Amino acid sequence: MNLSISKNRIPFFKSILHVVLLYPLVNLYVGAFYDRLGADPVEQVIHFTGMGALNCLLISLLVSPLAKLFKLSSLLHFRRMIGLYAFAYALCHILNFLFFEVQFDLILFVEEIFKRPYITIGMTAFSILTALAFTSTSKIRRKMKKHWQKLHNFTYLIALLAVIHFYWSVKSDVTEPLIYFALYGVLMTLRYDSLRRWSQRFRSR
Amino acid sequence: MLIKRSKTTDLKEHQVTDEKLYLERRQYLKKMGFLGVGSLLSGTTVANVFDLFGDDSKTDVFKQRDLNYQIAKASTEILTPEIKVTTHNNFYEFGAQKNQPAELSQGFKVDPWQLKISGEVEKPFTLDYDDLFSSFKIEERIYRLRCVEAWSMVIPWVGFSLADLVKKAKITSKAKYLAFETLYDPKQMIGQRNRRLGGGISYPYIEGLRIDEALNPLALMSVGLYGKTLPPQNGAPIRLVVPWKYGFKSIKSVVGIKFLEKEPPTTWNILAPHEYGFYANVNPKVDHPRWSQRSERRITTGGIFAQNRINTLPFNGYGEEVAGLYRGMNLRKYY
Repeated sequence: MNLSISKNRIPFFKSILHVVLLYPLVNLYVGAFYDRLGADPVEQVIHFTGMGALNCLLISLLVSPLAKLFKLSSLLHFRRMIGLYAFAYALCHILNFLFFEVQFDLILFVEEIFKRPYITIGMTAFSILTALAFTSTSKIRRKMKKHWQKLHNFTYLIALLAVIHFYWSVKSDVTEPLIYFALYGVLMTLRYDSLRRWSQRFRSR
Repeated sequence: MLIKRSKTTDLKEHQVTDEKLYLERRQYLKKMGFLGVGSLLSGTTVANVFDLFGDDSKTDVFKQRDLNYQIAKASTEILTPEIKVTTHNNFYEFGAQKNQPAELSQGFKVDPWQLKISGEVEKPFTLDYDDLFSSFKIEERIYRLRCVEAWSMVIPWVGFSLADLVKKAKITSKAKYLAFETLYDPKQMIGQRNRRLGGGISYPYIEGLRIDEALNPLALMSVGLYGKTLPPQNGAPIRLVVPWKYGFKSIKSVVGIKFLEKEPPTTWNILAPHEYGFYANVNPKVDHPRWSQRSERRITTGGIFAQNRINTLPFNGYGEEVAGLYRGMNLRKYY
């Protein structure tokens, strides 16, 4: 069976992906605006966008193992886009916190970032993710040459920090964060060989 | 004197959400859940997988009765709409997510009920279901409720003074503390059966007060809200309300009050002693490791742009009534 996606179909699949990834976000804010998200819309928008960011991150990490498995290199065309949606969701997550939770109390906002370990680690992940988002264009990629890949390997660290952020933010039952740890473990195991090569090169220097 | 509920506490039209809109909201959340799962972007608090297959129309709604009580003076603060008071609950016995207790508790049986008063008392006694409403003077009290998670509500409770119950029990000189216990009934309470739904805390839920705190006139045993008996998700048929303390102290669906010589263990303190103290007095100066307690979000009405963040007051604004109880105590140490 030939699973390849012909080049001219890529824009079509991309637009489908845009709809799939954007619709929940639009729907969320419409619901929040009309007070349709239960008693506390603030908690809902923060949680939903946070989970959205984490899910996009993990999906983006699933792309290359899938491409390898099905010998479908064209899947890689969608990876950057999914990564950028992770960034968009994460940005919304943080802006929700600033706009609706602390409501522009900037002192409180900054204090919370440094005082609460789960927010500190989440913010660290977001800072690195921002660097990746801004260096994601093909033009910059070409300019950065081999450094680009080094920088973008930090996505593994970002995903790990994001899962820890989720784990620490939970009040009592940690079943769901533990599932995410397991998913992260699986995604890392799938690229065990390349990670080992990478770390060996790193050490031999 | 008992007076039937009057206009002063009735909500104004703009403060209430009508039922049709509420049901539409449930559909909306479900739809979001579907789309979320479909695109692997599901936020589990918005609607989890288990919600998707539930059918609202089949759920029996718990029947609340009207109560007779002495009405409260009109509040200067905007009340939190009844629909929000009864759909945003931390009652892990019926699920650890805020929307779950209202959905998973509607079949809860509260009659017959037994509340046993025991321990260091001259005459232990039991209050049966009907006794809860007829043994003491029932009145309405509008209190602020401040959750440790930094959100708050304003709720018109109906109930009686805990002090009246203590007086009836005729405590001995050894009675220095009270221990409260929630019903333990895993058959009815899904969170007690299922560790994930129950948030991983140990059951039965237990809470405690010092005897002078229990005798403070503000301490209320609530049997109702908004003029009706309590719905299960708010702690039917009887719960504690101590408005100067964080919400987790106000234990729900109480079956036992025991008078003790020593400070009793309390559920959240056992789970995370550095996060939740025995006293748990609302204090903007002492942060919780997870949440700043300096300010809070008041849950009232309107969409996301109508949310209000306000400063948190010491003892949740009840300092005049209760600060004396803690004179000379280091409130940073005894948080």
